[in-house]
Amino acid sequence: MTTLPPPVNVPTTPSSGSPAPVVAVHSKVFGDTEHLQAPPPAVEVPAERMRAWLREMFLIREFEVRCMQAYQEKKIGGFCHVYIGQEAVAVGCTAAVEHRDPIVTAYRDHGHALARGMDPKHCMAEMFGRIGGCAKGKGGSMHMFDRDNNLFGGHGIVGAQTPLGAGLAFACKYQDEVIDGGRNGRVALCFLGDGALNQGAFHEALNLAGLFDLPVIYVIENNGYSMGTAIARGTTMAHSLITKAAGYGIDGYVVDGMDVVEVHSAMKHVADRCRATSRPAFVDMRTYRFKGHSMSDPRKYRSKEEEEVFEAGDPIGTLQARLMSMGALTEDGWRAMQKEVRDQVREAVAWSDASPPPPMSELHHDVFLEPWGPYTGSSQPEMNGGTANPAGVRTIDTKEELL
Amino acid sequence: MTVREIEFRDALREAMSEEMRRDKRVFLLGEEVAQYNGAYKVSKGMLDEFGPRRIIDTPISESGFAGMAIGAAMMGLKPIVEFMSWSFSLVAADPILNNAPKMLYMSGGQFGCPVVFRGNDGAGGQLGSTHSWCVEGLYSNVPGIKIAIPSNPYDAKGLLKTAIRGSDPVFFLESERMLGNKGEVPEEEYTVPFGQAKVLREGTDCTLASWGRPVHFCMEAATELQKQGISCEVIDLRTVRPLDIGTVVRSVRKTGACVVVDQSWSFGSPGSELASQVHRHCFDDLDNYVHRVHSADVPTPYATNLEQEYLPNARRIAEAVRSATYNL
Repeated sequence: MTTLPPPVNVPTTPSSGSPAPVVAVHSKVFGDTEHLQAPPPAVEVPAERMRAWLREMFLIREFEVRCMQAYQEKKIGGFCHVYIGQEAVAVGCTAAVEHRDPIVTAYRDHGHALARGMDPKHCMAEMFGRIGGCAKGKGGSMHMFDRDNNLFGGHGIVGAQTPLGAGLAFACKYQDEVIDGGRNGRVALCFLGDGALNQGAFHEALNLAGLFDLPVIYVIENNGYSMGTAIARGTTMAHSLITKAAGYGIDGYVVDGMDVVEVHSAMKHVADRCRATSRPAFVDMRTYRFKGHSMSDPRKYRSKEEEEVFEAGDPIGTLQARLMSMGALTEDGWRAMQKEVRDQVREAVAWSDASPPPPMSELHHDVFLEPWGPYTGSSQPEMNGGTANPAGVRTIDTKEELL
Repeated sequence: MTVREIEFRDALREAMSEEMRRDKRVFLLGEEVAQYNGAYKVSKGMLDEFGPRRIIDTPISESGFAGMAIGAAMMGLKPIVEFMSWSFSLVAADPILNNAPKMLYMSGGQFGCPVVFRGNDGAGGQLGSTHSWCVEGLYSNVPGIKIAIPSNPYDAKGLLKTAIRGSDPVFFLESERMLGNKGEVPEEEYTVPFGQAKVLREGTDCTLASWGRPVHFCMEAATELQKQGISCEVIDLRTVRPLDIGTVVRSVRKTGACVVVDQSWSFGSPGSELASQVHRHCFDDLDNYVHRVHSADVPTPYATNLEQEYLPNARRIAEAVRSATYNL
């Protein structure tokens, strides 16, 4: 009879005692009660910057509310995944990196586009399938791209963006080491949902990132559910996701994704380290999506009580209360900010309504950079000035009919 | 012009090395490409010349490194990804089919994807069912990629240089069975454009249209048929996307008969597309329907005799030509 080796020391699910109700609900969703590590030393943030974050988060919230309405009105088709509840993640993370740092994300991407600085009218017009959209109406809700703001998409297949994230980081490093012969130390941010943790692409990407010392931060927007499947029903070690990163030699962090100040503070710490060491990082960002997975989701897989507990920790309400208690925001100021944002989003909707559908000439446009056969080359969207893209070196040199 | 005889694999290496010397954005990654000098010695010596930052060994992780290359290409680099075999690209289907060909379109023209995927395609010789894929059967269905399938060292070098210089994603399909084939390649710089078929042999009775390795079987069959008084015109398409339909149509208008030879399976293949196009453009010129020679519609067998019969070969091609020209 062989003796089994002693078990590896990994965190286990804590036994259920009689914890406080909120803690119990969090524990039910994420599988533990002591999920947050000691936060890194707080980063000093001026009140003005925090007010800007509040505005950004409220802009995303308001934008998504209008998206839901527009979806009901059938102005938006296909799949539409709203970001309500998770605003602190996109806002806090983008605030913690530099604008030149590339970002890639999954299909719940409106929030990232807005946080990165895309004008809401181009984001909304994309969803309306109009020429004024960031992808001329050819991408849709799941494919928000913004070249000038270094946003490399919006990707629809779960986990597909994780090797791309490694590639963005690879390019940053290659640019430094091979082309420029120096070091400008950009880092890549790759967002993914907890559901993507079980895709092969994710594990391959983490292995490559660990192996090649790629400066990429994988931010797991852990909202507890992959569509309707609670995380523990689909993911091993759900109570300690950072153990997955540890298997690839990658440092893991657990962060409260419902508090933008904490997200920023933790991510600043992680990004600075990533930039300095060119080592990847993994962040289990605990958050919650207040709405369904997509517009057709009645959320039967979770309780009203659970939703109420998380809604009480609304990232917007939390920051608003904080600013007010600091004396950095007044009731009037908050009301004025809300009105300004509502007007901005209303304007985005009106602008998108007025933007025409893409002309038929767009059908065979942007398939290849080089024009040939039925393909008419490529050009930037209106958002970037609409200029024609250079075709590059000709690969096809014939006047023949080609298929 | 100085011409030498070099192997197919040398031609590929020369193309990559020359392009890497002229453009720092170009790099090569894949399994065993660096320290091992390439599983098939295509990248032999490249690590010594370019160093480990540009000749990069990857783990066996096709989905991961193909996706990584695409991310790097979106940032403006020009990766060459070597698949040891295109059969292994199936596990990278999402990045190579969902990301690379669609990025420009779904970003509304914002992000191109200048990446070349290359490696061995088709039956390598008794490799069995899973390692003998002719992926052009699957991948030529996808818009947004260019597909080159050279049949000789000259074309291999010229087409690969074109692929690397271009700005759009390219699938470059080589054959393990041809890597040792020798051919004349000039010392001087040259490129071969995409979408230009080459008439390898002129003839009057039947057009044989093919690409990649089966081109050689077509030439073999043509020689044999000539002895029987049937004159074949052999066309090497060189790229299946773009497909130079004009050259084929011109030939068929002259010969009145056409046999398409394609190593991939027959159902929904580049061969069926080409045949359909010939029917459309040469409806009044054809004396018979366009015949097609493909791999048999079964998984690739291991046994030598079965594999030989499974693949397009000179005998099957000659039979198809005789059938297509029976009323001569």
